[in-house]
Amino acid sequence: MPNEEPSSPALIIRDASLRFAHKIIFEHLNCTIAAKAFTCILGPSGVGKSSLLQLLANIVDLENSHLTADVSTSSGIPLKNNIAYMAQTDLLLPWLSVLNNALLGCRLRGKVSKAQRQQAIILLAHVGLEDELEQRPDKLSGGMRQRVALVRTLLEDKPIILMDEPFSALDAITRLQLQDLAANLLRDKTVLLVTHDPLEALRLGHDIYVMSGAPATLGEAIRPLGDIPRATNNEVILKLQGELLMKLEAAQSLPMMAMQLL
Amino acid sequence: MKFLLRLFIIVLSLLLLWQCVVWLFKLPPYILPTPLSVFTVWVQQASLIWAQTKPTLVETLLGLFFGALSGTLGALLLVSFKPARLWLLPVLVISQAIPTFAIAPLLVVWFGYGEASKVITAMIMIFFPVTTAFYDGLRRTNLEWLSLAKTMNASRFAMLWQIRIPAALPALASGLRVAAAIAPIGAIIGEWVGSSHGLGFLMLNANGRMQINLMFAALFTITLITLILYYSVDKLLRLAIPWQTERS
Repeated sequence: MPNEEPSSPALIIRDASLRFAHKIIFEHLNCTIAAKAFTCILGPSGVGKSSLLQLLANIVDLENSHLTADVSTSSGIPLKNNIAYMAQTDLLLPWLSVLNNALLGCRLRGKVSKAQRQQAIILLAHVGLEDELEQRPDKLSGGMRQRVALVRTLLEDKPIILMDEPFSALDAITRLQLQDLAANLLRDKTVLLVTHDPLEALRLGHDIYVMSGAPATLGEAIRPLGDIPRATNNEVILKLQGELLMKLEAAQSLPMMAMQLL
Repeated sequence: MKFLLRLFIIVLSLLLLWQCVVWLFKLPPYILPTPLSVFTVWVQQASLIWAQTKPTLVETLLGLFFGALSGTLGALLLVSFKPARLWLLPVLVISQAIPTFAIAPLLVVWFGYGEASKVITAMIMIFFPVTTAFYDGLRRTNLEWLSLAKTMNASRFAMLWQIRIPAALPALASGLRVAAAIAPIGAIIGEWVGSSHGLGFLMLNANGRMQINLMFAALFTITLITLILYYSVDKLLRLAIPWQTERS
């Protein structure tokens, strides 16, 4: 096998601290993201979960913040060059076709090989976009656009996937479909998905952490049983969803809001 | 089609207004001729006007081309090199504080009576709006696109060439539209301050001989050139940048 994909390692975060001007986002945060599994971080908006993800993706705006963190992987491979990042907005480039958007990473790094092109076409067909290859993104629906973004993330072929509320802008049904696709396509990858939707975390997460407080802390991991994507009508999932919603509501209490206003 | 009809109505209304002003204030033809008499001269003197239009047209197009080219390169220079940004940007602003009209005679002294000085006048007027528009566009790239590109290990050049420049094309297009509208003015100014040909020359000459009809005919021709140039550039840019969706 030429260039065998490195097995997806666990992510070990030690003593991570992030501070913007006068606001401490988190301090001395420790966390291990399990290998080859979906880990979901759930938290109210503004708590710093996206910042944690950006820290791992190495795209924190360093000019306005102070950041220290010790991040390593269980297999010893560096984080750089081994992550793929998927954001809340699809970030498709409006001047590129669907196919070229999917191949963005290869295009940016130089030229696109025939094999990469072929794989992109196969994956796009797999997510139901075989008829839209040459279409420009502005002709697509939100769900289709995010599917292109998912394929673009997959084509990066990286062992670690970081996802920042990737489905939050979609309607409920489209969101469920995208979750199913992600769960199936990202099997065997180490996935860290940040979300504010408890149902999303419960459908996809092998490990679920609730991030709350200021400075933010991570609670104990919740580990629902069963393979992902879990069914939405599962009684245990529904009960847990209720509990998580109450937890999040408590976390987003008034002092927290006041902090955000400052 | 609707657009052409609207344009026709607008032009007709303006001509009517003009005609009414002449009637109402009983203006003699050497102050303000009627649109009809101007049109008559325009047709009668067509060969003279066309002969003088050609050099002006060439100057305008060359000025537009070189102005747009230098403006585009200027913006790329500013955005690529920090020293250029720090040292060149103030120079650009100072250069714009000097009125082009004031240095146009100097340009004629430097570059001669011929077409070169007119092309350069037009170029100087065009350079700045193109540079600022494109530079602004290049600086306002969606930061999330750049973050994504960074996670994909893109080089700075790849980010510039594949993301920042295409993303700034709509802004560049705005600059080029302004450039198309002012390019003929640059050529005419150049011709006013020293030349032996062109519509600017024809205007001054006609004015000096009290041939107000002919002067207006030349003016009308310049307006026509500007309109055609502006809408051609606009159309071309729309075809070149189809992803820029129309929002009315």
